[in-house]
Amino acid sequence: MPKDTGIGASSKRREDIRFLTGKGLYTDDLALHAQAHAVMVRSNVAHGKIVSIDTAATEAMPGVLAVFTGEDFVAVGGNPAGWLIKSRDGTPMREPKRPVLAHGKVRHVGDAYAAVVAETYQQARDAAQQLADDTVIEELPAVVDMKAAVANADNRVHDEIPDNVCFDWGWIEDNRAAVDAAMKAAPHVVTLELTNNRLVPNAMEPRASIGEYNTGTGDYKLTTTSQNPHLTRLLVAAFVMGIPENKLTVVAPDVGGGFGSKIYHYGEEALVLAAAKKLGRPVRWTAERTESFLSDAHGRDHVTKIELGCTKDGEILAIRTETHANVGAYLSNFSTATPTFLHGTLMSGPYKVPHVYVNVKAVFTNTAPVDAYRGAGRPEATYSLERVIDMMCRELNLDPFEVRRKNLLTPDQFPYQSPVGLMYDTGNYQATLDKACDLGDVAGFEARRAESAKKGKLRGMGLSTWIEACGIAPSHLVGILGSRVGLYDAATVRVNATGNISVMVGAHSHGQGHETVFPQIVADKLGIPESSVEIVHGDTSKIPFGMGSYGSRSLAVCGSAMDRAMDKIIAKGKKIAAHMLEAAEGDITFADGKFSVAGTDKAKTFGEIAFSAYVPHNYPLETLEPGLEETAFYDPANFTYPAGAYICEVEVDPDTGKVDICSFTAADDFGNVMNPMIVEGQVHGGVGQGIGQALLENTSYDETGQLLTGSFMDYAMPRADDVPFYTVDHSCSTPCTHNPLGVKGCGEAGAIGSPPAVVNAVIDALHRGGITHVKHIDMPVSPGRVWQAING
Amino acid sequence: MTKVTMTVNGKSVSAETEGRTLLSSYLREGLGLTGTHIGCDTSQCGACVVHLNGRAVKSCTVFAQDVAGAEVRTIEGMANADGSLGVVQQAFQDHHGLQCGFCTPGMVMASAALLAENPKPTEAEVRHGLEGNICRCTGYHNIVKAVLAASGQDVAAVAAE
Repeated sequence: MPKDTGIGASSKRREDIRFLTGKGLYTDDLALHAQAHAVMVRSNVAHGKIVSIDTAATEAMPGVLAVFTGEDFVAVGGNPAGWLIKSRDGTPMREPKRPVLAHGKVRHVGDAYAAVVAETYQQARDAAQQLADDTVIEELPAVVDMKAAVANADNRVHDEIPDNVCFDWGWIEDNRAAVDAAMKAAPHVVTLELTNNRLVPNAMEPRASIGEYNTGTGDYKLTTTSQNPHLTRLLVAAFVMGIPENKLTVVAPDVGGGFGSKIYHYGEEALVLAAAKKLGRPVRWTAERTESFLSDAHGRDHVTKIELGCTKDGEILAIRTETHANVGAYLSNFSTATPTFLHGTLMSGPYKVPHVYVNVKAVFTNTAPVDAYRGAGRPEATYSLERVIDMMCRELNLDPFEVRRKNLLTPDQFPYQSPVGLMYDTGNYQATLDKACDLGDVAGFEARRAESAKKGKLRGMGLSTWIEACGIAPSHLVGILGSRVGLYDAATVRVNATGNISVMVGAHSHGQGHETVFPQIVADKLGIPESSVEIVHGDTSKIPFGMGSYGSRSLAVCGSAMDRAMDKIIAKGKKIAAHMLEAAEGDITFADGKFSVAGTDKAKTFGEIAFSAYVPHNYPLETLEPGLEETAFYDPANFTYPAGAYICEVEVDPDTGKVDICSFTAADDFGNVMNPMIVEGQVHGGVGQGIGQALLENTSYDETGQLLTGSFMDYAMPRADDVPFYTVDHSCSTPCTHNPLGVKGCGEAGAIGSPPAVVNAVIDALHRGGITHVKHIDMPVSPGRVWQAING
Repeated sequence: MTKVTMTVNGKSVSAETEGRTLLSSYLREGLGLTGTHIGCDTSQCGACVVHLNGRAVKSCTVFAQDVAGAEVRTIEGMANADGSLGVVQQAFQDHHGLQCGFCTPGMVMASAALLAENPKPTEAEVRHGLEGNICRCTGYHNIVKAVLAASGQDVAAVAAE
């Protein structure tokens, strides 16, 4: 019987009411008295020297209040990279300054080099056009292709970096020789070169920011589309603007999706704050979708050669990869961690592979910065691995299901120290594979294939078994790996006098449903109704601290902090109960919302304890403080390791190359599940994005660095008729062993496991249809590419 | 500037406009009805769908001055008279047809218009009918399910709930 409340219940989302009635308040919905409007002036060339910017005509235009150029921000700090990666030779990565506004040079189409602030948006927009007309930029040759960027020392994105290489990283460098030897000795070696296509995250709400400055107090306020307002405060205050953190409040109100792209601090946030201070008025900026395409951090963009050494019967002996990872023109905040520690550490997947070595060259190009996008590094690792395993099966005529079974770690092998640095705590990969085979009716495939064949369609089935490292992240570990921050989280549980509860959480909800799920957990533990609990998030002035939501971390890290804070509440409640019931504290037990004296019928309800805490008429004040509010910071002991098995069935039209997804089955192990409805929704969304990457989405720059796919007219977002109903399951649960809720995280899974399942299915369809010369098709597997592969 | 009057959610309203003011801006900035969202600049995403004289339109494709005197319904006008959620809204909540909520107003308006024209659509008709609305969160599964449920069809057989 499904639960109807608390942990494990599919509680309906309370936040839906405001979203469904048009009462959500996103940044651009907030109109402020005396607000002014900023419009950014962006480069229309990929690489150029800023020769001159003549602001005179612009400043004279109607309504114009201020014009900013890169010159205005020369003295302030740069937007830093959050992780320091070292190259194989021990040298630190090259880390060029990322200014608020480009100065001296523009480095990608869309690079903002100026901003205009005016009374109205339209005036600012007209003026921005004038300023663009009055700017002289001498175009320089663009660096677009990564391998050419590395080879050509004269053509530089940053003048001080001769080969455009940010770092050349080896993981684990000490294992390199052993891996090379194992590969040489392997009876069979499969080699695959592939591209993990660049994606534009395209959260449906474009980025927006509002800066406010109080001339009386010197306080700043930034309202912005952020997944992590505290991190933005830290970056803006300490690194870029030099504002004390206690003089800057960052608010992320309702945020319309993030998928990684709103983790990072962007220059527009600093710009609106500086403009607000200069003008003494609120200054707002909202991106148009075209600006999102040009200036949001993109995702993926790896070019990889993967080699797999194996026995003739499919036992994996060694894996070696060489990847060029595009970081774009500047280092976005997580951009150096994504292709390294979120990618290389996953390269043994859910398999027992003795020898693994990963090499990543991060390359600067004259394109938009690239950073973490849903999955972040782990989809790239999974795609490389699952594609090369599929290719191995084809070359050796082995069954892909049996090969997975042969190589998957078994439950008795946990905890498992992987050869690429992670300690998997628990899992049951056979169980999810069996479940996926069952739900996906693998046994019935041949009959479906025969039906497709009657219609002239080629049907194929693709499998992917995957793992990820989530719950980002143990500070002690990421510190060793180069992170410049800790990745704990925090929560304050405030029990009000009448027994209802406000929980201030560092996690930020921008679609995940925290406002519903977190109260389920509180209600369950404290024995009170869900409706008595309210979550406060997204405001640095109300919340102790937090590192935000990304990396499937909200529940695993912030939820754990909340659980720890509740432990403290219960402990304090026991003290109060002991006092009220005149019993020893050690004799008080707490269950079902009651504090009881063990072995007696003496008890106080949670509400009575709360009221007493705020009306402490006879408290022993030396030993018992009034109030009932506790804060906990939680730093995870390890990553969490969600895993699963995905099966995709496709039909390929051999005449047109069009691929239709017939079915998609996802069997996941997320550990304990707090709200099944929401977890399933997360998987649906992730799979939808994964199908988008596999079949539709491509970010294309031409050789001059112009973005050819800069709008929804040119960039194929998945739409309702591109995808099927998905079959998802999370019943094969092995709870996380090291966090109090036993949760692993579910936000990224769908986007990680699905692309290889789709592409494997397409290749399978072609081979079963007799088109055996096609070994690989790069994503997106569009009709044109499939047709060319068939007929090429 | 020209004052434009129309009927929005049953009330006569007016606001100053420029010739280039879009209906979407008129609603959001002129009237403060910020439930209608702007998700793109090419009339592709559908976050701004409203009902204009009973038909679903992308309000970013319409100049406010061209529709003076029109009857417009927005997401703010979709709840029942007692404030409870309308049928389509309720189905979206019941079936988790929204996550971040940004595309939701347009989805609800497009779905309601779809159902008005085709009260018992098939899954394929729903998917085709909503292809002008982009959602990045849900993978569309629960949106399609919600629309089918709002039409009174049994969705219990649909996977995963």
